[in-house]
Amino acid sequence: MIQIKDLHKSYKMGKNSLHVLKGINFNVEEGELVAIMGSSGSGKSTLLNILGMLDELDEGTYTLDGVAIKNLNETKAAQYRNKFLGFIFQSFNLINYKSAAENVALPLYYQKVARKERQEKALKYLTQVGLKEWANHLPSELSGGQKQRVAIARAMAAEPKVLLADEPTGALDSTTSYEVMDLIQKINDQGNTILIVTHEPDIADMCKRIVHLKDGVIIEDKKIEQVRASKYV
Amino acid sequence: MFSRDNWREIFQTIQKNKLRTFLSGFTVALGILIFVVLFGFGNGLINTFQLFFEDDAQNIITFFPGQTTKPYKGYKSGRQIEFDRSDLADIEKNFPMFLEYVTPRIGRTYLTKFKNESNNYSTRGVAPSHQFAEKTIIMKGRYLDKLDILKKTKTAVIGRLVERDLFGQKDAIGNYIDVGGSVFKIVGVYQDDGGDDEERRIYVPYTTLQLIEKNNDKVDQIIVAFKPELGYSGAMALEKSLSTFFKEKKYINPNDQNGIFIRNVAEGLKQTQQLARVLQLIVSFVAFGTIIAGIIGISNIMVFVVKERTKELGIRKALGATPKSVIGTILLESIFITTISGVLGMLIGIAILSSLDKTLEDFFITDPFIDLSVAIFATVVLIIFGGVAGYIPAKRAARIKPIVALRDE
Ligand SMILES: Nc1ncnc2c1ncn2[C@@H]1O[C@H](COP(=O)(O)OP(=O)(O)OP(=O)(O)O)[C@@H](O)[C@H]1O
Ligand SMILES: [Mg+2]
Repeated sequence: MIQIKDLHKSYKMGKNSLHVLKGINFNVEEGELVAIMGSSGSGKSTLLNILGMLDELDEGTYTLDGVAIKNLNETKAAQYRNKFLGFIFQSFNLINYKSAAENVALPLYYQKVARKERQEKALKYLTQVGLKEWANHLPSELSGGQKQRVAIARAMAAEPKVLLADEPTGALDSTTSYEVMDLIQKINDQGNTILIVTHEPDIADMCKRIVHLKDGVIIEDKKIEQVRASKYV
Repeated sequence: MFSRDNWREIFQTIQKNKLRTFLSGFTVALGILIFVVLFGFGNGLINTFQLFFEDDAQNIITFFPGQTTKPYKGYKSGRQIEFDRSDLADIEKNFPMFLEYVTPRIGRTYLTKFKNESNNYSTRGVAPSHQFAEKTIIMKGRYLDKLDILKKTKTAVIGRLVERDLFGQKDAIGNYIDVGGSVFKIVGVYQDDGGDDEERRIYVPYTTLQLIEKNNDKVDQIIVAFKPELGYSGAMALEKSLSTFFKEKKYINPNDQNGIFIRNVAEGLKQTQQLARVLQLIVSFVAFGTIIAGIIGISNIMVFVVKERTKELGIRKALGATPKSVIGTILLESIFITTISGVLGMLIGIAILSSLDKTLEDFFITDPFIDLSVAIFATVVLIIFGGVAGYIPAKRAARIKPIVALRDE
C-alpha cells in the first residue's frame, strides 16, 4: 500500500537547514495497523504529513497504492488526499459551526457526492462510532472523546485507502483513549490500513507493528502481538 | 461551481458567521448609501440653482440707462441717458427676427391704500408681455392687456400678498385702490415663485404711469426677450448689436461702459450652470471617495475573514478541497454579501432621497435624486471591486499549505 525509499526531509530556517528525516525506508501492506513512535522532535509528524501529502519530500520516492506521489500540483494533491487519505488529528480539527453530521459529510462534499447520499453516509459512520444521537450537535457540545470519534467518522466517510492519525489520543484521558483505540482497532479489523503516531507505549501496543524513529532514522521496526483495547473499555 | 450544493454551503457559512456577514455587509451597504445620498444632494443643489433662474424667463436681456463718462460727438460726459417709447418701437422695428417680445418697465414705490389699510408697494408700469418675462402666474382675474396700454386705463394687477395685506381674506378683484393718489381698479391677482418680495408688487399699464407723471413718454428699463433658439452665442451677439444700436442712437461713446448697463440672463445662467456643474463634480468626487472607502473597507474585512478562516480552510484542504474550490467559496460568499447589501444600501439611499423631497430646501437642496443607472453603476463597481478585493486574500489562502494552516498555535 505504501512504499517509501530513502526519504529525506529538511526544514529551512533562515540560513540554517534542519535535517529532520535522514533516509527513511519503509513499507506498509494493506490492512496493517502501524504505530510510529519516537521522542519529541524525532520527525514523526513530519513523516506522517509527507505520507498524507500535507507536506512534500525533498529526496526519495513515495508510492501510494501504486501511484507515485511526486511533483503534484495543489489541485491534484487535494484530489489524492480526498480519494486516498483520511486524517485524524490530535486537536480534532472539526469545523466549529458545522454539526457532527455536517463535519462527517464534508469530505464527501469535495467528492461531489449528492447531498442525500452524503447525509446517509454521514449518519452511517456516526452510527459506527456510536454517535448517532449526536448527529445534529455542534462540536462545542461534545466531549473530547466524542469529538475524536466524530473526526474518525469523518476520516472514514471518504472511504480512504489509508487512515493517518497524529496522536489521536494525545488530548484524551486514558479511558477515553482506549475507547478511541477500540474504535480504531475495529476499523482496522474491517481491513483498513491505519498509521498512528503516538508516544504512549500502551497505545502503541494496541497496534500490530511498531516503528521507532530516532533522529530522523528508523531504529526499530517490529511486528507485535496486538493488545485489544476492548479489554479496558 | 454554481451548483445548488455550493450555494447551500455558502449560505451556511453566511448564516453561521453572522458578525462577519454583518461587518462586510454593513460596510458595503453604508458605502453605497452614502454615495447615493451624496450624489442625490449634488443633484438637489443643481435643482436649487435652476429654480433660482426658472423664477424668471431665461431669454431676457435688460437695458438700464446710465450716465455717460466719456464725451462724444459734441456731448459732454456726465449726461444722463434716458429711454423712451420710441426706443421700444425702434427695437421692434430693427430686430424683429430675433425677438419674442419687448416690454418697458417703470419702477416706482407708492403708498397704496384700501379703506383703512395702507402700505408702500413697489409699483411697476409694464406692457402685457412683461408677464412672460417675470413668469407672473395669474391666480384670478386677468393680466394687463393691449387695450389697457392703448387706453391708458387705471387698472392694476396686484400680488397675492398685496391682496392679503389690504383685503385680508376678501376678494380684491373689482375693488378700487389708491396708488400714490390715483385710483386703480384691480383686475387681477398673481403669484410668483420668486419669493415674498415678488408677490408684494403692483403692475399697472406703463402708459398710465406716464400719463399720471405729466404725460411724459420715458421708461426706466427696456426688457428684451430673444428667441430661445438663438442659444447662448446668439444671445451674446444680439446683446452686442442692441448695445451698439443704443449707443449710436443716444450718442454714447462706443467705449463708454456707463452710458447704458446691460444684464443678460443667458450669461448669468451659463455661469450658474457652470458653478452647479463644478459643485456636482465636487460632490461626485466625494461620492466616488466613499466608494473607494467602501472598497478599502471590504478588502480589509476580506483579509480579516480569510485570516480568521485560515484554520477552517486548512481543514477543508486536508479533506480534499482544491484551491479552486477554496477561492470559489470565499469569493462567492463575498460577492453574495456585497450584492445583497449593496442593493439594500442603494434602495435605502434612494428611499431616503425621495423622502427628503423639499425638506432640505433651506440648505439649497431641492428634490434630491439620483439616476437609477448611476446608482446601479456604483453598486456594480463596488461589487466587482469587492470581488477583486476578496480574490487576492482568497488566492493567498488557497495557497497556504494545510499543515501551516492546521498548526496548533
Ligand atoms: N514547518 C516546520 N518548519 C521548521 N521546522 C519544523 C517544521 N515542522 C517541524 N519542524 C522541526 O522538525 C523537527 C521534527 O518535528 P516533528 O513535528 O516531525 O516532530 P515529532 O516527532 O512529531 O515531535 P512531537 O512528538 O513533539 O510531535 C522538530 O525539531 C521541529 O522543530
Ligand atoms: Mg508531532
